[in-house]
Amino acid sequence: MTISGTSENIEQKNTADLCIKVENLHLYYGQFHALKGINMEIPEHEITALIGPSGCGKSTFLKTLNRMNDLEEGVRIEGKVTLNGTDIYRDMDAIELRKRVGMVFQQPNPFPKSVYENVAYGPRINGINRKSELDEIVERSLRQAAIWDELKDRLYKSALGLSGGQQQRLCIARTLAVEPEVILMDEPTSALDPISTSRIEDLAMDLKKDYTIVIVTHNMQQASRISDNTAFFLLGELIEYNKTEKLFSIPADKRTEDYITGRFG
Amino acid sequence: MSNMAADGGTVQGKTGTAKDREKALRMYKFRKEYLGRGVVTACGLFIIILTVAIGVFLIIRGTGTFTKFHHSVAEFLFSSNWSPVDSATGSGGGVGAAVYIVGSLLTCGLALLFAAPCAIGAAVFMTEIAPKWGEKLFQPAIEIFVGIPSVVYGWIGLTVLVPSIRDVFHARMGGYSVLAAGIVLAVMIFPTITTVAADAIRSVPDYYRKGAYGLGSTRWQVIYRIVLPASKTGILTGVILGLARAFGEALAVAMVIGKTRAFPTSILSPTNNLTAAIAADMGNSANGGEANMALWSMALLLFLISMFFIALIHFIENRSAAALKA
Repeated sequence: MTISGTSENIEQKNTADLCIKVENLHLYYGQFHALKGINMEIPEHEITALIGPSGCGKSTFLKTLNRMNDLEEGVRIEGKVTLNGTDIYRDMDAIELRKRVGMVFQQPNPFPKSVYENVAYGPRINGINRKSELDEIVERSLRQAAIWDELKDRLYKSALGLSGGQQQRLCIARTLAVEPEVILMDEPTSALDPISTSRIEDLAMDLKKDYTIVIVTHNMQQASRISDNTAFFLLGELIEYNKTEKLFSIPADKRTEDYITGRFG
Repeated sequence: MSNMAADGGTVQGKTGTAKDREKALRMYKFRKEYLGRGVVTACGLFIIILTVAIGVFLIIRGTGTFTKFHHSVAEFLFSSNWSPVDSATGSGGGVGAAVYIVGSLLTCGLALLFAAPCAIGAAVFMTEIAPKWGEKLFQPAIEIFVGIPSVVYGWIGLTVLVPSIRDVFHARMGGYSVLAAGIVLAVMIFPTITTVAADAIRSVPDYYRKGAYGLGSTRWQVIYRIVLPASKTGILTGVILGLARAFGEALAVAMVIGKTRAFPTSILSPTNNLTAAIAADMGNSANGGEANMALWSMALLLFLISMFFIALIHFIENRSAAALKA
Protein backbone atom coordinates (compact mmCIF):
# COMPACT_ATOMS: atom_id res chain seq x y z
CA MET A 1 0.00 0.00 0.00
CA THR A 2 1.11 3.53 -0.64
CA ILE A 3 -0.35 5.00 2.46
CA SER A 4 1.98 7.33 4.20
CA GLY A 5 2.17 7.38 7.92
CA THR A 6 0.55 4.33 9.36
CA SER A 7 2.06 2.42 12.18
CA GLU A 8 5.61 3.51 11.41
CA ASN A 9 4.86 6.92 12.77
CA ILE A 10 3.64 5.79 16.11
CA GLU A 11 6.16 4.86 18.70
CA GLN A 12 6.74 1.16 18.70
CA LYS A 13 4.83 -0.47 21.50
CA ASN A 14 5.23 -3.85 23.05
CA THR A 15 2.76 -6.26 21.53
CA ALA A 16 1.53 -6.92 25.06
CA ASP A 17 0.18 -3.37 25.22
CA LEU A 18 -1.51 -3.67 21.88
CA CYS A 19 -5.21 -4.06 21.93
CA ILE A 20 -6.42 -3.94 18.38
CA LYS A 21 -4.35 -4.49 15.30
CA VAL A 22 -5.75 -3.73 11.87
CA GLU A 23 -3.96 -5.08 8.82
CA ASN A 24 -4.66 -4.04 5.27
CA LEU A 25 -8.39 -3.57 5.87
CA HIS A 26 -10.59 -2.90 2.87
CA LEU A 27 -14.33 -2.33 3.05
CA TYR A 28 -16.79 -2.12 0.18
CA TYR A 29 -20.40 -0.96 0.20
CA GLY A 30 -21.50 -2.78 -2.96
CA GLN A 31 -19.26 -1.19 -5.61
CA PHE A 32 -18.12 1.65 -3.38
CA HIS A 33 -14.66 1.23 -1.93
CA ALA A 34 -15.14 2.88 1.46
CA LEU A 35 -11.97 1.88 3.30
CA LYS A 36 -8.74 1.46 1.39
CA GLY A 37 -6.08 -0.65 3.01
CA ILE A 38 -6.09 0.56 6.59
CA ASN A 39 -3.19 -0.47 8.83
CA MET A 40 -3.43 0.60 12.41
CA GLU A 41 -2.43 -0.47 15.88
CA ILE A 42 -4.57 0.70 18.75
CA PRO A 43 -2.81 0.60 22.13
CA GLU A 44 -4.41 -0.53 25.34
CA HIS A 45 -5.69 1.89 28.00
CA GLU A 46 -5.40 4.91 25.79
CA ILE A 47 -7.84 7.07 23.92
CA THR A 48 -7.48 6.92 20.17
CA ALA A 49 -9.34 9.56 18.19
CA LEU A 50 -10.43 9.19 14.58
CA ILE A 51 -10.82 12.50 12.79
CA GLY A 52 -11.52 13.57 9.24
CA PRO A 53 -14.18 15.26 7.13
CA SER A 54 -17.67 13.80 6.70
CA GLY A 55 -17.73 10.68 4.55
CA CYS A 56 -14.03 9.97 5.07
CA GLY A 57 -14.75 6.52 6.47
CA LYS A 58 -13.94 7.15 10.14
CA SER A 59 -17.31 5.93 11.41
CA THR A 60 -17.28 3.02 8.99
CA PHE A 61 -13.86 2.07 10.26
CA LEU A 62 -15.04 2.29 13.87
CA LYS A 63 -17.89 -0.09 13.11
CA THR A 64 -15.52 -2.66 11.64
CA LEU A 65 -13.96 -2.97 15.10
CA ASN A 66 -17.09 -4.54 16.62
CA ARG A 67 -18.57 -5.83 13.37
CA MET A 68 -21.62 -3.56 13.46
CA ASN A 69 -21.14 -3.42 9.69
CA ASP A 70 -22.30 -7.02 9.58
CA LEU A 71 -25.83 -5.72 10.17
CA GLU A 72 -25.81 -3.69 7.00
CA GLU A 73 -26.44 -5.16 3.62
CA GLY A 74 -23.91 -5.28 0.81
CA VAL A 75 -20.88 -4.74 3.02
CA ARG A 76 -17.77 -6.72 2.11
CA ILE A 77 -14.62 -6.69 4.19
CA GLU A 78 -11.09 -7.81 3.34
CA GLY A 79 -8.03 -7.79 5.55
CA LYS A 80 -7.53 -8.65 9.15
CA VAL A 81 -8.54 -7.16 12.48
CA THR A 82 -7.25 -8.77 15.64
CA LEU A 83 -8.31 -8.15 19.23
CA ASN A 84 -5.53 -9.22 21.61
CA GLY A 85 -4.27 -11.52 18.91
CA THR A 86 -7.57 -13.12 17.89
CA ASP A 87 -8.89 -12.49 14.39
CA ILE A 88 -12.32 -10.97 15.02
CA TYR A 89 -13.69 -11.83 11.57
CA ARG A 90 -12.46 -15.42 11.33
CA ASP A 91 -12.03 -16.74 14.83
CA MET A 92 -14.66 -14.90 16.83
CA ASP A 93 -18.43 -14.79 16.95
CA ALA A 94 -19.83 -11.29 16.32
CA ILE A 95 -22.09 -11.54 19.39
CA GLU A 96 -19.13 -12.49 21.60
CA LEU A 97 -17.04 -9.71 20.05
CA ARG A 98 -19.63 -7.03 20.80
CA LYS A 99 -19.63 -8.01 24.45
CA ARG A 100 -15.89 -7.35 24.49
CA VAL A 101 -16.01 -4.27 22.27
CA GLY A 102 -18.90 -2.06 23.37
CA MET A 103 -20.30 0.88 21.48
CA VAL A 104 -21.73 4.29 22.29
CA PHE A 105 -23.65 5.92 19.48
CA GLN A 106 -23.92 9.43 18.11
CA GLN A 107 -27.54 9.83 19.16
CA PRO A 108 -28.12 8.82 22.80
CA ASN A 109 -30.25 5.71 22.45
CA PRO A 110 -31.43 4.44 25.83
CA PHE A 111 -34.07 1.75 25.56
CA PRO A 112 -37.64 2.73 26.38
CA LYS A 113 -37.27 1.12 29.79
CA SER A 114 -36.32 2.30 33.24
CA VAL A 115 -32.83 3.55 34.05
CA TYR A 116 -32.22 0.34 36.00
CA GLU A 117 -33.39 -1.94 33.20
CA ASN A 118 -31.24 -0.09 30.68
CA VAL A 119 -28.10 -0.82 32.64
CA ALA A 120 -29.24 -4.33 33.61
CA TYR A 121 -29.95 -5.22 29.98
CA GLY A 122 -26.42 -6.39 29.17
CA PRO A 123 -25.95 -8.51 32.30
CA ARG A 124 -29.41 -10.00 31.80
CA ILE A 125 -28.68 -11.18 28.25
CA ASN A 126 -25.56 -12.75 29.66
CA GLY A 127 -27.70 -14.79 32.00
CA ILE A 128 -27.33 -12.78 35.19
CA ASN A 129 -30.75 -12.68 36.86
CA ARG A 130 -30.05 -12.51 40.59
CA LYS A 131 -31.43 -9.26 41.90
CA SER A 132 -28.57 -8.61 44.31
CA GLU A 133 -26.00 -9.17 41.61
CA LEU A 134 -27.85 -6.93 39.16
CA ASP A 135 -28.24 -4.20 41.81
CA GLU A 136 -24.52 -4.25 42.36
CA ILE A 137 -23.70 -4.10 38.65
CA VAL A 138 -26.17 -1.28 38.05
CA GLU A 139 -24.76 0.81 40.88
CA ARG A 140 -21.15 0.15 39.91
CA SER A 141 -21.77 0.97 36.25
CA LEU A 142 -23.65 4.17 37.02
CA ARG A 143 -20.91 5.23 39.41
CA GLN A 144 -18.27 4.52 36.79
CA ALA A 145 -20.24 6.64 34.35
CA ALA A 146 -20.36 9.40 36.99
CA ILE A 147 -24.12 9.56 36.94
CA TRP A 148 -25.06 7.54 40.03
CA ASP A 149 -25.70 10.59 42.22
CA GLU A 150 -27.98 12.13 39.63
CA LEU A 151 -29.97 8.99 38.94
CA LYS A 152 -29.99 6.98 42.16
CA ASP A 153 -33.40 8.35 43.12
CA ARG A 154 -34.98 7.68 39.77
CA LEU A 155 -33.66 4.24 38.89
CA TYR A 156 -37.14 2.93 38.18
CA LYS A 157 -38.34 5.82 36.05
CA SER A 158 -38.19 5.82 32.26
CA ALA A 159 -34.78 6.61 30.80
CA LEU A 160 -36.48 8.62 28.07
CA GLY A 161 -37.25 11.36 30.58
CA LEU A 162 -33.55 12.16 31.09
CA SER A 163 -31.73 15.02 29.39
CA GLY A 164 -29.63 14.25 26.33
CA GLY A 165 -26.38 14.40 28.29
CA GLN A 166 -27.72 12.14 31.03
CA GLN A 167 -29.03 9.73 28.40
CA GLN A 168 -25.60 9.53 26.80
CA ARG A 169 -23.88 8.87 30.13
CA LEU A 170 -26.53 6.25 30.85
CA CYS A 171 -25.68 4.64 27.51
CA ILE A 172 -22.04 4.61 28.56
CA ALA A 173 -23.03 3.00 31.88
CA ARG A 174 -25.08 0.47 29.93
CA THR A 175 -21.99 -0.39 27.91
CA LEU A 176 -19.79 -0.59 31.02
CA ALA A 177 -22.20 -3.04 32.66
CA VAL A 178 -21.15 -5.66 30.11
CA GLU A 179 -17.51 -5.15 31.19
CA PRO A 180 -16.02 -4.75 27.75
CA GLU A 181 -12.32 -4.36 27.01
CA VAL A 182 -12.78 -1.68 24.41
CA ILE A 183 -15.36 1.09 24.13
CA LEU A 184 -16.09 2.56 20.72
CA MET A 185 -17.65 6.00 20.70
CA ASP A 186 -19.18 7.31 17.50
CA GLU A 187 -19.32 11.10 17.83
CA PRO A 188 -20.80 10.70 21.31
CA THR A 189 -21.12 14.42 22.00
CA SER A 190 -22.29 15.78 18.66
CA ALA A 191 -25.90 15.89 19.83
CA LEU A 192 -25.08 17.42 23.21
CA ASP A 193 -24.63 20.88 24.72
CA PRO A 194 -21.16 22.12 25.79
CA ILE A 195 -21.56 21.26 29.48
CA SER A 196 -22.73 17.73 28.75
CA THR A 197 -19.93 17.42 26.23
CA SER A 198 -17.24 18.31 28.75
CA ARG A 199 -18.71 15.81 31.22
CA ILE A 200 -18.51 13.04 28.64
CA GLU A 201 -14.94 14.06 27.84
CA ASP A 202 -13.95 13.95 31.52
CA LEU A 203 -15.63 10.60 31.78
CA ALA A 204 -13.75 9.23 28.77
CA MET A 205 -10.43 10.31 30.28
CA ASP A 206 -11.41 8.67 33.55
CA LEU A 207 -12.39 5.44 31.88
CA LYS A 208 -9.17 4.93 29.98
CA LYS A 209 -7.57 3.61 33.15
CA ASP A 210 -9.65 0.50 32.75
CA TYR A 211 -10.70 0.52 29.14
CA THR A 212 -9.31 1.12 25.70
CA ILE A 213 -11.31 3.85 24.00
CA VAL A 214 -11.64 4.60 20.31
CA ILE A 215 -13.59 7.76 19.60
CA VAL A 216 -14.78 9.23 16.33
CA THR A 217 -15.10 12.97 16.44
CA HIS A 218 -15.64 15.75 13.97
CA ASN A 219 -14.34 18.14 16.58
CA MET A 220 -10.57 18.57 16.42
CA GLN A 221 -10.42 20.41 19.74
CA GLN A 222 -12.05 17.41 21.32
CA ALA A 223 -9.51 15.07 19.76
CA SER A 224 -6.60 17.18 20.96
CA ARG A 225 -8.13 17.64 24.43
CA ILE A 226 -8.77 14.03 25.30
CA SER A 227 -6.93 11.63 23.03
CA ASP A 228 -3.49 10.07 23.25
CA ASN A 229 -3.36 9.05 19.60
CA THR A 230 -5.08 10.55 16.60
CA ALA A 231 -5.77 9.07 13.20
CA PHE A 232 -6.67 11.29 10.29
CA PHE A 233 -8.85 9.75 7.62
CA LEU A 234 -9.55 11.16 4.17
CA LEU A 235 -11.57 9.56 1.39
CA GLY A 236 -11.34 6.10 2.90
CA GLU A 237 -7.61 6.24 3.53
CA LEU A 238 -5.72 6.55 6.77
CA ILE A 239 -3.55 9.56 5.97
CA GLU A 240 -1.70 9.94 9.20
CA TYR A 241 -1.65 8.25 12.59
CA ASN A 242 0.45 9.51 15.44
CA LYS A 243 0.61 10.65 19.01
CA THR A 244 -1.99 13.35 19.34
CA GLU A 245 0.39 16.13 20.34
CA LYS A 246 2.68 15.31 17.42
CA LEU A 247 -0.10 15.06 14.87
CA PHE A 248 -1.49 18.42 15.87
CA SER A 249 1.84 20.22 16.29
CA ILE A 250 3.98 18.81 13.51
CA PRO A 251 1.76 16.95 11.05
CA ALA A 252 3.78 14.83 8.68
CA ASP A 253 1.36 15.03 5.78
CA LYS A 254 0.34 18.18 3.95
CA ARG A 255 -3.28 17.01 3.88
CA THR A 256 -3.34 16.56 7.64
CA GLU A 257 -1.95 20.02 8.08
CA ASP A 258 -4.55 21.46 5.72
CA TYR A 259 -7.32 19.74 7.62
CA ILE A 260 -6.25 20.60 11.16
CA THR A 261 -5.58 24.20 10.23
CA GLY A 262 -9.07 24.39 8.81
CA ARG A 263 -8.20 24.78 5.15
CA PHE A 264 -10.83 22.23 4.17
CA GLY A 265 -13.34 19.88 5.67
CA MET B 1 -69.03 44.14 -13.76
CA SER B 2 -68.54 41.00 -15.75
CA ASN B 3 -64.79 41.21 -15.73
CA MET B 4 -64.63 41.52 -11.97
CA ALA B 5 -63.79 38.05 -10.79
CA ALA B 6 -61.77 36.64 -13.58
CA ASP B 7 -60.74 33.07 -13.98
CA GLY B 8 -57.57 31.82 -12.39
CA GLY B 9 -58.15 34.00 -9.43
CA THR B 10 -56.79 37.36 -10.63
CA VAL B 11 -58.90 40.22 -9.47
CA GLN B 12 -59.06 42.82 -12.20
CA GLY B 13 -60.60 45.58 -10.24
CA LYS B 14 -59.01 48.60 -11.88
CA THR B 15 -62.20 49.88 -13.48
CA GLY B 16 -64.63 48.87 -10.73
CA THR B 17 -65.57 50.59 -7.50
CA ALA B 18 -64.16 49.52 -4.17
CA LYS B 19 -67.41 47.72 -3.42
CA ASP B 20 -67.20 45.70 -6.62
CA ARG B 21 -63.65 44.77 -5.86
CA GLU B 22 -64.62 43.59 -2.43
CA LYS B 23 -67.40 41.50 -3.86
CA ALA B 24 -65.06 39.95 -6.40
CA LEU B 25 -62.59 39.15 -3.66
CA ARG B 26 -65.31 37.48 -1.63
CA MET B 27 -66.34 35.39 -4.62
CA TYR B 28 -62.74 34.44 -5.20
CA LYS B 29 -62.22 33.47 -1.58
CA PHE B 30 -65.47 31.56 -1.57
CA ARG B 31 -64.51 29.53 -4.61
CA LYS B 32 -60.92 28.92 -3.62
CA GLU B 33 -61.24 28.32 0.07
CA TYR B 34 -64.60 28.26 1.73
CA LEU B 35 -66.24 25.93 -0.78
CA GLY B 36 -63.68 23.17 -0.30
CA ARG B 37 -63.61 23.68 3.41
CA GLY B 38 -67.39 23.59 3.53
CA VAL B 39 -67.59 20.28 1.65
CA VAL B 40 -65.07 18.47 3.84
CA THR B 41 -66.59 19.94 7.01
CA ALA B 42 -70.00 18.69 5.91
CA CYS B 43 -68.56 15.22 5.27
CA GLY B 44 -66.92 15.18 8.68
CA LEU B 45 -70.04 16.36 10.45
CA PHE B 46 -72.13 13.85 8.54
CA ILE B 47 -70.03 10.95 9.88
CA ILE B 48 -70.28 12.26 13.42
CA ILE B 49 -74.04 12.78 13.14
CA LEU B 50 -74.47 9.32 11.63
CA THR B 51 -72.51 7.66 14.43
CA VAL B 52 -74.38 9.52 17.13
CA ALA B 53 -77.70 8.83 15.39
CA ILE B 54 -77.03 5.09 15.22
CA GLY B 55 -76.00 5.11 18.84
CA VAL B 56 -79.11 6.98 19.92
CA PHE B 57 -81.33 4.74 17.78
CA LEU B 58 -79.77 1.63 19.31
CA ILE B 59 -80.20 2.97 22.80
CA ILE B 60 -83.86 3.79 22.19
CA ARG B 61 -84.61 0.44 20.58
CA GLY B 62 -82.31 -1.62 22.76
CA THR B 63 -83.67 -0.38 26.07
CA GLY B 64 -87.28 -1.23 25.11
CA THR B 65 -86.84 -4.68 26.63
CA PHE B 66 -86.23 -3.09 30.01
CA THR B 67 -88.56 -0.09 29.82
CA LYS B 68 -91.51 -1.25 27.73
CA PHE B 69 -91.49 -4.94 28.70
CA HIS B 70 -90.06 -4.51 32.21
CA HIS B 71 -87.42 -7.21 32.06
CA SER B 72 -84.40 -6.74 34.27
CA VAL B 73 -80.92 -6.22 32.89
CA ALA B 74 -79.77 -9.11 35.07
CA GLU B 75 -82.29 -11.42 33.41
CA PHE B 76 -81.07 -10.36 29.98
CA LEU B 77 -77.41 -10.87 30.85
CA PHE B 78 -77.50 -13.92 33.09
CA SER B 79 -80.59 -15.98 32.28
CA SER B 80 -80.54 -18.63 29.60
CA ASN B 81 -84.31 -18.69 29.20
CA TRP B 82 -84.77 -17.27 25.72
CA SER B 83 -88.47 -17.42 24.88
CA PRO B 84 -89.62 -13.91 24.01
CA VAL B 85 -93.17 -13.59 22.74
CA ASP B 86 -93.06 -12.81 19.08
CA SER B 87 -96.10 -10.64 18.47
CA ALA B 88 -96.63 -6.91 18.27
CA THR B 89 -98.18 -6.60 21.72
CA GLY B 90 -97.70 -9.83 23.65
CA SER B 91 -95.29 -10.03 26.55
CA GLY B 92 -94.26 -12.25 29.42
CA GLY B 93 -91.68 -14.46 27.72
CA GLY B 94 -88.06 -14.88 28.75
CA VAL B 95 -85.34 -12.69 27.28
CA GLY B 96 -82.25 -14.34 28.78
CA ALA B 97 -79.44 -13.91 26.27
CA ALA B 98 -76.76 -15.60 28.37
CA VAL B 99 -76.34 -18.47 25.89
CA TYR B 100 -75.60 -16.04 23.08
CA ILE B 101 -73.33 -13.90 25.22
CA VAL B 102 -71.36 -16.93 26.40
CA GLY B 103 -71.23 -18.18 22.80
CA SER B 104 -69.77 -14.88 21.64
CA LEU B 105 -67.26 -14.74 24.48
CA LEU B 106 -66.15 -18.34 23.99
CA THR B 107 -65.76 -18.22 20.22
CA CYS B 108 -63.94 -14.90 20.33
CA GLY B 109 -61.70 -15.98 23.18
CA LEU B 110 -60.83 -19.15 21.35
CA ALA B 111 -60.21 -17.22 18.14
CA LEU B 112 -57.87 -14.89 19.98
CA LEU B 113 -56.05 -17.81 21.56
CA PHE B 114 -55.39 -19.28 18.12
CA ALA B 115 -54.84 -16.09 16.15
CA ALA B 116 -52.87 -13.76 18.43
CA PRO B 117 -49.69 -15.84 18.85
CA CYS B 118 -49.62 -16.80 15.16
CA ALA B 119 -50.31 -13.24 14.05
CA ILE B 120 -47.65 -11.72 16.30
CA GLY B 121 -45.21 -14.39 15.13
CA ALA B 122 -46.05 -13.64 11.51
CA ALA B 123 -45.64 -9.91 12.13
CA VAL B 124 -42.19 -10.48 13.65
CA PHE B 125 -41.26 -12.73 10.74
CA MET B 126 -42.27 -10.25 8.07
CA THR B 127 -40.64 -7.26 9.72
CA GLU B 128 -37.59 -8.54 11.57
CA ILE B 129 -36.60 -11.88 10.10
CA ALA B 130 -37.38 -11.53 6.40
CA PRO B 131 -38.28 -7.90 5.72
CA LYS B 132 -37.60 -8.05 1.97
CA TRP B 133 -39.46 -11.27 1.48
CA GLY B 134 -42.09 -10.03 3.88
CA GLU B 135 -42.83 -6.95 1.87
CA LYS B 136 -42.90 -8.71 -1.47
CA LEU B 137 -44.90 -11.80 -0.57
CA PHE B 138 -46.32 -11.56 2.89
CA GLN B 139 -47.85 -8.11 2.77
CA PRO B 140 -49.85 -8.74 -0.46
CA ALA B 141 -50.91 -12.16 0.82
CA ILE B 142 -52.27 -10.61 3.98
CA GLU B 143 -54.05 -7.85 2.09
CA ILE B 144 -55.77 -10.49 -0.04
CA PHE B 145 -56.61 -12.34 3.15
CA VAL B 146 -58.42 -9.26 4.50
CA GLY B 147 -60.34 -8.89 1.26
CA ILE B 148 -61.90 -12.37 1.21
CA PRO B 149 -65.63 -12.04 1.97
CA SER B 150 -66.77 -13.62 5.20
CA VAL B 151 -69.29 -15.86 3.43
CA VAL B 152 -66.36 -17.53 1.71
CA TYR B 153 -64.62 -18.15 5.03
CA GLY B 154 -67.85 -19.53 6.39
CA TRP B 155 -68.42 -21.79 3.41
CA ILE B 156 -64.88 -23.16 3.53
CA GLY B 157 -65.36 -23.73 7.24
CA LEU B 158 -68.57 -25.56 6.52
CA THR B 159 -67.06 -27.75 3.82
CA VAL B 160 -63.65 -28.46 5.29
CA LEU B 161 -63.59 -27.71 8.99
CA VAL B 162 -66.96 -29.04 10.17
CA PRO B 163 -66.53 -32.51 8.58
CA SER B 164 -62.92 -32.68 9.82
CA ILE B 165 -63.94 -31.94 13.38
CA ARG B 166 -66.73 -34.52 13.06
CA ASP B 167 -64.30 -37.16 11.81
CA VAL B 168 -61.42 -36.41 14.13
CA PHE B 169 -63.29 -35.84 17.39
CA HIS B 170 -66.51 -37.74 16.60
CA ALA B 171 -68.37 -34.68 17.81
CA ARG B 172 -72.12 -34.63 18.24
CA MET B 173 -74.02 -32.41 15.83
CA GLY B 174 -71.60 -33.42 13.08
CA GLY B 175 -68.80 -31.02 13.83
CA TYR B 176 -70.80 -27.80 14.18
CA SER B 177 -69.09 -26.40 17.23
CA VAL B 178 -67.48 -23.64 19.22
CA LEU B 179 -64.17 -24.99 17.97
CA ALA B 180 -65.19 -24.61 14.31
CA ALA B 181 -66.42 -21.05 14.93
CA GLY B 182 -63.25 -20.21 16.86
CA ILE B 183 -61.02 -21.45 14.06
CA VAL B 184 -62.97 -19.62 11.35
CA LEU B 185 -62.84 -16.42 13.39
CA ALA B 186 -59.15 -16.93 14.10
CA VAL B 187 -58.43 -17.14 10.39
CA MET B 188 -60.50 -14.01 9.80
CA ILE B 189 -58.85 -11.85 12.46
CA PHE B 190 -55.34 -13.13 11.79
CA PRO B 191 -54.61 -10.54 9.06
CA THR B 192 -56.01 -7.68 11.14
CA ILE B 193 -53.73 -8.44 14.07
CA THR B 194 -50.75 -9.16 11.81
CA THR B 195 -51.06 -5.90 9.89
CA VAL B 196 -51.41 -3.68 12.94
CA ALA B 197 -48.70 -5.54 14.85
CA ALA B 198 -46.31 -5.37 11.89
CA ASP B 199 -46.86 -1.61 11.64
CA ALA B 200 -46.14 -1.26 15.34
CA ILE B 201 -42.94 -3.30 15.06
CA ARG B 202 -41.79 -1.35 12.02
CA SER B 203 -42.22 1.90 13.91
CA VAL B 204 -39.70 0.86 16.58
CA PRO B 205 -36.71 3.11 15.85
CA ASP B 206 -33.66 1.35 14.46
CA TYR B 207 -31.35 2.89 17.05
CA TYR B 208 -32.91 0.71 19.74
CA ARG B 209 -31.96 -2.36 17.72
CA LYS B 210 -28.45 -1.01 17.09
CA GLY B 211 -27.99 -0.29 20.78
CA ALA B 212 -29.03 -3.81 21.68
CA TYR B 213 -26.80 -5.41 19.03
CA GLY B 214 -23.95 -3.23 20.25
CA LEU B 215 -24.25 -4.83 23.69
CA GLY B 216 -23.83 -8.30 22.22
CA SER B 217 -27.48 -9.33 21.78
CA THR B 218 -28.48 -12.09 19.44
CA ARG B 219 -31.25 -11.28 16.97
CA TRP B 220 -33.77 -13.14 19.06
CA GLN B 221 -32.76 -11.21 22.17
CA VAL B 222 -33.19 -7.96 20.26
CA ILE B 223 -36.66 -9.05 19.17
CA TYR B 224 -38.07 -10.27 22.43
CA ARG B 225 -36.27 -8.00 24.87
CA ILE B 226 -36.32 -4.73 22.93
CA VAL B 227 -38.53 -4.73 19.84
CA LEU B 228 -41.59 -6.50 21.23
CA PRO B 229 -41.69 -4.55 24.51
CA ALA B 230 -41.22 -1.28 22.59
CA SER B 231 -44.12 -2.12 20.28
CA LYS B 232 -46.44 -3.77 22.80
CA THR B 233 -48.96 -0.93 22.77
CA GLY B 234 -49.38 -1.20 19.01
CA ILE B 235 -49.52 -4.98 19.15
CA LEU B 236 -52.19 -4.82 21.84
CA THR B 237 -54.16 -2.39 19.69
CA GLY B 238 -54.03 -4.95 16.88
CA VAL B 239 -55.22 -7.70 19.19
CA ILE B 240 -58.15 -5.60 20.41
CA LEU B 241 -59.09 -4.60 16.86
CA GLY B 242 -59.04 -8.29 15.96
CA LEU B 243 -61.22 -9.09 18.94
CA ALA B 244 -63.66 -6.35 17.97
CA ARG B 245 -63.85 -7.77 14.47
CA ALA B 246 -64.45 -11.26 15.86
CA PHE B 247 -67.28 -9.99 18.05
CA GLY B 248 -68.96 -8.32 15.12
CA GLU B 249 -68.70 -11.18 12.66
CA ALA B 250 -72.05 -12.87 12.02
CA LEU B 251 -72.26 -14.75 8.77
CA ALA B 252 -69.22 -17.00 8.88
CA VAL B 253 -69.88 -17.93 12.51
CA ALA B 254 -73.56 -18.60 11.86
CA MET B 255 -72.58 -21.13 9.20
CA VAL B 256 -70.46 -23.32 11.49
CA ILE B 257 -71.63 -22.80 15.07
CA GLY B 258 -74.67 -25.07 14.89
CA LYS B 259 -77.16 -22.48 16.22
CA THR B 260 -78.58 -24.40 19.17
CA ARG B 261 -80.16 -22.68 22.14
CA ALA B 262 -78.05 -24.27 24.86
CA PHE B 263 -74.79 -23.60 26.64
CA PRO B 264 -71.91 -25.49 25.11
CA THR B 265 -70.63 -28.34 27.27
CA SER B 266 -67.24 -28.40 25.58
CA ILE B 267 -65.55 -26.64 22.70
CA LEU B 268 -66.79 -29.48 20.53
CA SER B 269 -70.45 -28.84 21.21
CA PRO B 270 -72.60 -26.46 19.17
CA THR B 271 -74.09 -23.27 20.56
CA ASN B 272 -75.03 -19.84 19.25
CA ASN B 273 -73.76 -16.31 19.57
CA LEU B 274 -75.13 -12.76 19.60
CA THR B 275 -74.55 -11.89 15.98
CA ALA B 276 -75.80 -15.15 14.54
CA ALA B 277 -78.93 -15.01 16.74
CA ILE B 278 -79.71 -11.46 15.64
CA ALA B 279 -79.12 -12.29 11.98
CA ALA B 280 -81.30 -15.39 12.13
CA ASP B 281 -84.36 -13.83 13.75
CA MET B 282 -84.33 -10.12 13.01
CA GLY B 283 -86.32 -10.40 9.80
CA ASN B 284 -89.01 -12.61 11.28
CA SER B 285 -89.84 -10.83 14.50
CA ALA B 286 -92.83 -8.53 14.74
CA ASN B 287 -91.67 -4.92 14.83
CA GLY B 288 -91.87 -3.47 18.34
CA GLY B 289 -92.70 -6.81 19.96
CA GLU B 290 -90.89 -8.45 22.82
CA ALA B 291 -88.74 -10.70 20.63
CA ASN B 292 -87.88 -7.81 18.37
CA MET B 293 -86.91 -5.60 21.29
CA ALA B 294 -84.83 -8.36 22.86
CA LEU B 295 -82.87 -8.66 19.60
CA TRP B 296 -82.33 -4.91 19.63
CA SER B 297 -81.01 -5.22 23.16
CA MET B 298 -78.45 -7.72 21.89
CA ALA B 299 -77.51 -5.30 19.14
CA LEU B 300 -77.08 -2.60 21.74
CA LEU B 301 -74.89 -4.95 23.76
CA LEU B 302 -72.66 -5.56 20.72
CA PHE B 303 -72.44 -1.83 20.19
CA LEU B 304 -71.44 -1.29 23.81
CA ILE B 305 -68.84 -4.05 23.59
CA SER B 306 -67.22 -2.47 20.56
CA MET B 307 -67.34 0.95 22.27
CA PHE B 308 -65.61 -0.67 25.20
CA PHE B 309 -62.86 -2.05 22.96
CA ILE B 310 -62.31 1.35 21.36
CA ALA B 311 -62.16 3.01 24.77
CA LEU B 312 -59.71 0.34 25.88
CA ILE B 313 -57.41 1.05 22.93
CA HIS B 314 -57.44 4.77 23.74
CA PHE B 315 -56.81 4.07 27.39
CA ILE B 316 -53.82 1.84 26.65
CA GLU B 317 -52.35 4.30 24.18
CA ASN B 318 -52.75 7.25 26.53
CA ARG B 319 -51.27 5.34 29.40
CA SER B 320 -48.21 4.26 27.45
CA ALA B 321 -47.72 7.80 26.13
CA ALA B 322 -47.86 9.07 29.70
CA ALA B 323 -45.47 6.34 30.87
CA LEU B 324 -42.91 7.40 28.26
CA LYS B 325 -43.03 10.99 29.41
CA ALA B 326 -42.67 10.23 33.10
